[in-house]
Amino acid sequence: MAELNSIGRVVGIDLGTTNSLVAYMEGDAPRVIPGVDGSNLVPSVVALDPISPAGGRPTVTVGNSARKALIETPERVIYSVKRLMGRGLEEIENELKLFPFHLASDIEAGEIPRIQLGELRFTPPEISAYILRQLKRNAERFFSAPVTQAVITVPAYFNDAQRQATKDAGRMAGLEVLRLVNEPTAAALAYGLDRAKEGTIAVYDFGGGTFDISILKLRDGIFEVQSTNGDTHLGGDDIDNLLLGIAFDEILTEHGIDLRRHPGAVQAVRKAAIEAKIQLSAVPAAHIDIELPDGDRYRREIPRAVFEMLIEPVLARTAGPCKQALSDAGVTPEEIDEVVLVGGSTRIPAVRELVDNLFHLTVRGKRPHTELNPDEVVALGAAVQAGILAGASQSTDEMLLLDVTPLSLGIEALGGTVARIIQRNSTIPASATEHFTTGVDGQTNVAIHVLQGERELAADCRSLARFDLKGIPPMNAGLPRIEVKFLIDADGILQVTAREQRSGKAAQIEVKPTYGLTDEQVEGMILDSFDNAEADFAKRLLIEARNEAETILAAVERAPQNPAWKELCGEEQAAITAARNRLAAVKLGENAGQIREATLVLDQATRRFAELMMDAAVSSALRGKTMNTAGEELAEAVTAPHAMAAAEFK
Amino acid sequence: MLKVLDSAVPVACWSCSIGHNDSTLFCPHCSKIQPPPGGDYFSVFGLEPKLDLDLPALEHEFHRLSRKVHPDRFARAEEKERQWSLADTALLNDAYRTLKDPLRRTEYLLKLEGAEIDSESKDEKAARVPADLLEEVFELNMQLEEMRMNRKIGAADAALEASLTDAKEETSGLLEAVDKELRIEWQRWDAGDKSARMAGQVRMVELLDKRRYLSNLVRDVTEILGA
Repeated sequence: MAELNSIGRVVGIDLGTTNSLVAYMEGDAPRVIPGVDGSNLVPSVVALDPISPAGGRPTVTVGNSARKALIETPERVIYSVKRLMGRGLEEIENELKLFPFHLASDIEAGEIPRIQLGELRFTPPEISAYILRQLKRNAERFFSAPVTQAVITVPAYFNDAQRQATKDAGRMAGLEVLRLVNEPTAAALAYGLDRAKEGTIAVYDFGGGTFDISILKLRDGIFEVQSTNGDTHLGGDDIDNLLLGIAFDEILTEHGIDLRRHPGAVQAVRKAAIEAKIQLSAVPAAHIDIELPDGDRYRREIPRAVFEMLIEPVLARTAGPCKQALSDAGVTPEEIDEVVLVGGSTRIPAVRELVDNLFHLTVRGKRPHTELNPDEVVALGAAVQAGILAGASQSTDEMLLLDVTPLSLGIEALGGTVARIIQRNSTIPASATEHFTTGVDGQTNVAIHVLQGERELAADCRSLARFDLKGIPPMNAGLPRIEVKFLIDADGILQVTAREQRSGKAAQIEVKPTYGLTDEQVEGMILDSFDNAEADFAKRLLIEARNEAETILAAVERAPQNPAWKELCGEEQAAITAARNRLAAVKLGENAGQIREATLVLDQATRRFAELMMDAAVSSALRGKTMNTAGEELAEAVTAPHAMAAAEFK
Repeated sequence: MLKVLDSAVPVACWSCSIGHNDSTLFCPHCSKIQPPPGGDYFSVFGLEPKLDLDLPALEHEFHRLSRKVHPDRFARAEEKERQWSLADTALLNDAYRTLKDPLRRTEYLLKLEGAEIDSESKDEKAARVPADLLEEVFELNMQLEEMRMNRKIGAADAALEASLTDAKEETSGLLEAVDKELRIEWQRWDAGDKSARMAGQVRMVELLDKRRYLSNLVRDVTEILGA
């Protein structure tokens, strides 16, 4: 343990549109780290707490508690921020048409877009940093040790700016991002760990906000990506918004209420729409039933057939990228040995049907892989990559991931056309060297416009940055020979170096990123600069341990009033009382480890009591049902209490 | 940009100070990673500059070197080793990408040998029909256009589809024939002296153009049939 502390653990993080997770390698297997509430998923929702009467900067909450605030204080909550990462002002404005939050009103052109949240404003990477910090804390709590290094996953089709924004968010959260890994590739790593297979696999990753397809070749532990494609604007969110749109229209015509003007009600409808969508994967029809601001109710049945017709255009948009990826990899659907499904949206039966058709699965007697939980598989893969980087696990020793750049890199040439210098699907790191010269006598700087994308005209590609090569020795036009090296690193991020060859002088480069933050700006946004300081860390652990202790103590105080208490024998009751007294005493001290241990003892002592209570609750809820259906519903509704979870007694 | 083979230049290892020749990613004495070597793409794999390559062996060597040099293996190394791992891996990937593809490999080696190949106007070249294919592809291009229109308006034409399927077979056959001829030229080139190489060069450039055109055609037909 001492040794592990000194090098530190590397965790794997899935920073998702809807949910985020953190995982690590436990020996030879990846494991998700649960949060304080025992849940593996941390909803990617960030809320500002209500202004405290005492004044001061409001605190920020993340995850389930922030999600609860969505309905009460929607103007102080933000979700799906991943869709805004690395995007320009105009793109964000477009994106925000579908969401209840909005940009700060006085942003000038060229300024970094900030989202207005209550009385404060945040850049998208700052919001993501709050989510990352929560995951970091969950991991630190789990290990009882600081965590400073991470692997973070991104959609394979993320461009340079979106990747850089994700890395910036990591830095703001106090994490050194050792690697950005593409989500579908991470999923392949998670699957590849326990099956030493050879062959060609396709990963179809349809998540909350993004769609990716990757084709990989597996051989001798080497995962070589052949091609990747996708759409960073396509996901479960789009399906939710379709259902939402229908509800809004019907409520407007039937009840004369424009719900768009009631942010709290919008969130209530959104919640109902998402629940209906999830239900429809299991049942033939779902019902929406919500109370409107005027006290009336909006009721609607959605049969699965209608739902499938509605979402067909959204699903169809995943087919094009799949075909392109197959073509770029130079393989036919028949040559795909395995298909892996990733992302919550792949639970939708119509999506599975589409995948089956695209890759000719049933006709070849094959089924897609869904053994690993599609919500967790990316985080598990990130942990595997973290294990590879740390070099600490035997199972990952022989594994190596060779990924590709999803988009071609080019520079703007005369007439606004694009000269491509690195083709899409090139294995990264990849580089290209270009030579530039001057057009006017005595010219001392040259501007280079770097773009990403597949279109012929610069205006249709995504502008990455403008590089200004400065300090060129004055010479006649055309005489200087400036060598510029473009290198896409293993994170898929561009690095540029330049030198003037005739004088041997290294040219200075001034980079103006088209989107995104400068180094200084990122520095200024680092959350709680003292977050990593030892003393502060110990203090935080103590506060967290005391909070957990208080939660369980409060629950135990109420225990004797519960009918289940009488079913315990005297010995069991005495054990609980003893454990409670010990925790109450230890809690006053300064030793976080002792408090955690005493909490654990009390949690163990109350385990049977908790089970008795749950049995009672379940049998009253399921009365009149067969054991079989009861079992199914139980699996959905009850999650086993985690040892470190704050016990709920109600 | 393209560096000539200069692997004879001795360099001292930064770590153990023992001299080694410049074309190595790792010091032969202490196994430490070295800054990117100055040799050409062939020397990265320890190969003589030849056109007729054993591709499975090349892939095997690419995987072996990747395992050793990839940034994943240097995530916690000191800064300069991380930088070299990044630069070396970029070189390795660039070299593999160039050498595994017959077109890129041939162009690369011809350029190394001083041939004038204008690779910047690749896209224009792709559009120019090689003279001996004019007749055959005229009809095919018409059919492709018709098929695209059909797809756009959602009409189906079974006869046209069957005809395109045949054309695809035929074009693939032509492509194979070009590859065969190219391979013979490669072997001749690899074995020949300077004057034989100069003589074969023109023919090879022609074959490369033809190959590029044909493979684009096969891709287009496959795409429209699969849509």
